Amino acid sequence: MMLNNFLLLGAVLFCTGVYGVLARKNGVLVLMAVELILNAVNINLVAFGAFNHTIAGQVFALFVIAIAAAEVGVGLAIVLLIYRNRRSIDVTEIDLMKG
Amino acid sequence: MVAQNIAFGVIAAAMVISAVRVVTAKNVVRAALYLIIVLAGVAAQYILLAAEFTAIVQVLIYIGAIIVLFLFGIMLTRAPIGQEGDLDNDQRWLAGLVALLLFGVLAYVLNDAFNGAQIRLNVPQTTAQVGDSIFGAYLLPFEVVSVLLLAALVGAIVLARRD
Repeated sequence: MMLNNFLLLGAVLFCTGVYGVLARKNGVLVLMAVELILNAVNINLVAFGAFNHTIAGQVFALFVIAIAAAEVGVGLAIVLLIYRNRRSIDVTEIDLMKG
Repeated sequence: MVAQNIAFGVIAAAMVISAVRVVTAKNVVRAALYLIIVLAGVAAQYILLAAEFTAIVQVLIYIGAIIVLFLFGIMLTRAPIGQEGDLDNDQRWLAGLVALLLFGVLAYVLNDAFNGAQIRLNVPQTTAQVGDSIFGAYLLPFEVVSVLLLAALVGAIVLARRD
């Protein structure tokens, strides 16, 4: 198998995730796009691990999965708190810091 | 090798289409369901790369736990379940431009650096090796991740409880 196939798939997923983070308004959908980005990184890690015959790629992919779980937990708690305070999870309306 | 390449192509096409639907769907629940296809496709790619333990962890953690968390988040923030028009902000075209430029740069660099590099899976990477690595060379990062998960757990409870 070509290494480049996996890397390009990761790049497509990463760019889709970047588009989602920039273009979405709903807080939950922004977090989903972040998940796409983290999965793109994981594909790259595992592909390079198989390419270099080292186990480190898989180990770091597992660490990224654990950190993604923590990120989603805290992120959804924050979105929930924003919803409770403002009755909306539109991230474009959170502009208290705007001068 | 040919069968692996065909499997890669089919799964990758399904993943890319679903990923685009995740960021363009007009319905929040549907976006979450398309995300399941992308995550399952990632697990299938891990199997193609002979990383079966990572694939199983991907299914357990992502599809089993994180998607459920997302669906709870959608329900608790009372997003309308039916058709909903206004999920994108007005930076949509700029965001698309940024994503396309980023992909152009990444594709150029990757083609430049790794053109023709082949993955050879003749040395199998077993689950035992993963365990040995985590509890050997990467023990300290593993403990740090444990503390991070605990901190995230406490933080999420503190943030989300009603007082």
